Amino acid sequence: MVKGIEIRTSPHLKRALNVQQIMRSVVYAMLPICAFAIWQFGLSAALLLATTTGAAVATEAWFSRLRGAGNTVADWSAVITGILLGLTLPPGFPLWMAAVAAFVGIGLGKALFGGLGYNVMNPALIGRAFVQAAFPVAITTWTPAFAPSRFVELIPTTLTAPFMRPESVTDWIAGLGVDSWTGATPLAMQKFQHVETPAWDTFAGLVSGSAGETSALLILVCGLWLAWRGCLDWRIPASVLAGAALTALPFWLVDPGLYPSPWFVLSSGGLMLAAWFMASDMVASPVTPWGAIIYGVFIGALTVIIRLFGGLVEGVMYAILLGNAAGPLISAWTQPRVYGAVKKARAKS
Amino acid sequence: MSNGTSQDPPKGAGGTWRPMIARMLAGLRPASARPGGHGSGLLRIFRKRKTFPHGIYPVEHKEWTADKPIRRLPFAPVLVLPLAQHRGAPSQPLVQVGQEVVRGEPIARAAGFVSVPMHAPATGVIQAIDLAPTPEGPKTMAIFLKVYQADPQQVLFDTGHDIDSMTNEEVVAAVQEAGLVGLGGAAFPSHVKLMPPKDAVIDTVIVNGCECEPYLTCDHRVMLEQTDALVRGIRLIMRVTGAKRAIIGVEDNKLNAVDQIRAKLPANLPITAEAVESKYPQGAEKMLIKSLLGKEVPVGGLPAHVGVAVFNVGTLAQIGDLLPKGRGLIERVVTVSGPAVTNPGNFMVPIGTPVRFLLNHVGTKPTLGQVILGGAMMGMSVSSIDVPVTKGVSGIVALERDEDDPARRQVYPCIKCGECLKACPINLNPSMLGELAQAREYGLMAQGYNLDQCFECGSCAYVCPSNIPLTQYFRIAKSINRERKN
Repeated sequence: MVKGIEIRTSPHLKRALNVQQIMRSVVYAMLPICAFAIWQFGLSAALLLATTTGAAVATEAWFSRLRGAGNTVADWSAVITGILLGLTLPPGFPLWMAAVAAFVGIGLGKALFGGLGYNVMNPALIGRAFVQAAFPVAITTWTPAFAPSRFVELIPTTLTAPFMRPESVTDWIAGLGVDSWTGATPLAMQKFQHVETPAWDTFAGLVSGSAGETSALLILVCGLWLAWRGCLDWRIPASVLAGAALTALPFWLVDPGLYPSPWFVLSSGGLMLAAWFMASDMVASPVTPWGAIIYGVFIGALTVIIRLFGGLVEGVMYAILLGNAAGPLISAWTQPRVYGAVKKARAKS
Repeated sequence: MSNGTSQDPPKGAGGTWRPMIARMLAGLRPASARPGGHGSGLLRIFRKRKTFPHGIYPVEHKEWTADKPIRRLPFAPVLVLPLAQHRGAPSQPLVQVGQEVVRGEPIARAAGFVSVPMHAPATGVIQAIDLAPTPEGPKTMAIFLKVYQADPQQVLFDTGHDIDSMTNEEVVAAVQEAGLVGLGGAAFPSHVKLMPPKDAVIDTVIVNGCECEPYLTCDHRVMLEQTDALVRGIRLIMRVTGAKRAIIGVEDNKLNAVDQIRAKLPANLPITAEAVESKYPQGAEKMLIKSLLGKEVPVGGLPAHVGVAVFNVGTLAQIGDLLPKGRGLIERVVTVSGPAVTNPGNFMVPIGTPVRFLLNHVGTKPTLGQVILGGAMMGMSVSSIDVPVTKGVSGIVALERDEDDPARRQVYPCIKCGECLKACPINLNPSMLGELAQAREYGLMAQGYNLDQCFECGSCAYVCPSNIPLTQYFRIAKSINRERKN
């Protein structure tokens, strides 16, 4: 009656949550943010997201073919990188540059290290850092949110031909008839003119900025869902946000006219998106629970320091890349204390 | 209340779109709501049960057998009794081929202090003393006993002890004579535990009624049905070890057992029954000590070094039952369950009964793919169901084939999600250990990352979303380290 029984090694039970499902959940969590970006910035944002995602997946497929170790597109991690990259770029970013960013992010940031699981830094941010250095003007060219014609025409820079300089958007914006457009994001307004955008506008996302970073509220909801699903270590976003708020607090208390309020720090720029979806990248963050908290606070504090004292308006990208670089060291410092460890042995390590 | 068959979700029913939608919906629920998942644990803060940090919450399916009383089955035609079914030196046979034995008669004697004798589980004739298959792999010597099916099978070997007048040394000797070993699975000779190291004083006896392994309910049934023998055993052990108190730790999925024990506990004795959180591996000695007493057994030490001796409920119930009668251990309670079993249940099984005989009685489904001796988390998968039930086998779990589910098999690289760190009950870094194992840095695993503390509970491999066989890596690393040392 019994034939062909198998021998396996224990444990013989397995939790029903695998890498593919985790990655897919992250994609699901980003879809509302994508939808909001498209609603806010129109066709250009849709094309931008499609381009980065497509280019990231194509790059992943190409590299996995070169490596000859099966197609790794199926693990969905390249889709995440593509979407995330698109969300961090200005909505009118030229598509060919976006494709370059995706190629560099996946190729240089991930495939060269050995693919999923081996990347030292967040691939999407590697791609963004590359284009930030390569195309400094294009990546700081902002366009107004909720332009009336956003669903019928593209932002003129979107379809810039490869290797050509994007045309100026000043005239185009002037023709839109958007009131009080200063050409600056809330972060820049605060930094250079010390004008703080009302908190609700930055929190809800009724402002300009990168395609997917504007609505802190929506990102918060999506991130919380992901944490509730168990696909994200809540320690990282919590400590990034706490680190940023606590670093900003003393400056604001000293001179509220010059420095941003902790509330503004949390709700503006890319901090919320970065805290929930980029700093929390499992591969590039420390694996130990305490390490995750130190890493998060480090990123949060560094972001604020760059914003307040650096030349850049937004510092979260470099803060995370530095945090990623420090990750292995933080992991090594925070090895868990084994059950029954004798105190003497611990003091030495 | 359950018959085992109705519990399984119907597979592939209703075309292809319905399961697809179900899967999509399932994907939106939190990890903790899905089978075998556990979430961030935020909601568990509000629970007050004593417990240990970390651990996992596998789906247990204890409801398949928890309400089924212990039943006896007919004797198998031939019982196979390996001489090495306990830790320590194998027993030495006292019988010859062709010799007739009476149920309960000693058939092998202990070979030294860390060894126990064996008794005939049935009246019959010794058919052979020969090599027999074992779950571990290599064949070992065993006594083959042909059972006289027409015999009334009375135990005629009971010398009878007045346990109250016995000295401690006599009790220890009697426990060894009874062939008692840890029935929770370790099969370590019980009398050895009654002689703690000279530098340790036992003040607490912990009685392990956790039974954290999924599917198994034999200890649960023992606590319900053999409560008097259990209490007798506890009192005897407290006297011998000199312990001032005893605590019976039971997972809170068996609260009826806690009530039952509390009702039978003598009021004048410092014995208490406490419910602990149902979490795997609560029944591991170190975890239960942490849960109940908040103490940690030091690295390289024994429970005795924190003043504790831990015994399984099944072992103590047998001590309480066998010692006054002066009998030997000839049978034990075994849970036969699992998704591939038609009529799961709890059975009083004579030692040596072949697994095939038991599976034939409960019935198996055509989907049977794997048979495990012990629990599904730490038990051993067997290649042949002709292996016998030995003293340490608490359950037989039959699992279904899952070849149609490649998602469960595909191994991804480690994505450093840290789930294993949050699962490891002794707080290792399985993620790092796994990477070192892949790099064959076995020495560093032991020296830098406490590999030797791992007791292979399997929690890390259970949660790993990359399906990395971490536990197996660690087993290999440990055995290579052992070889290098020699």
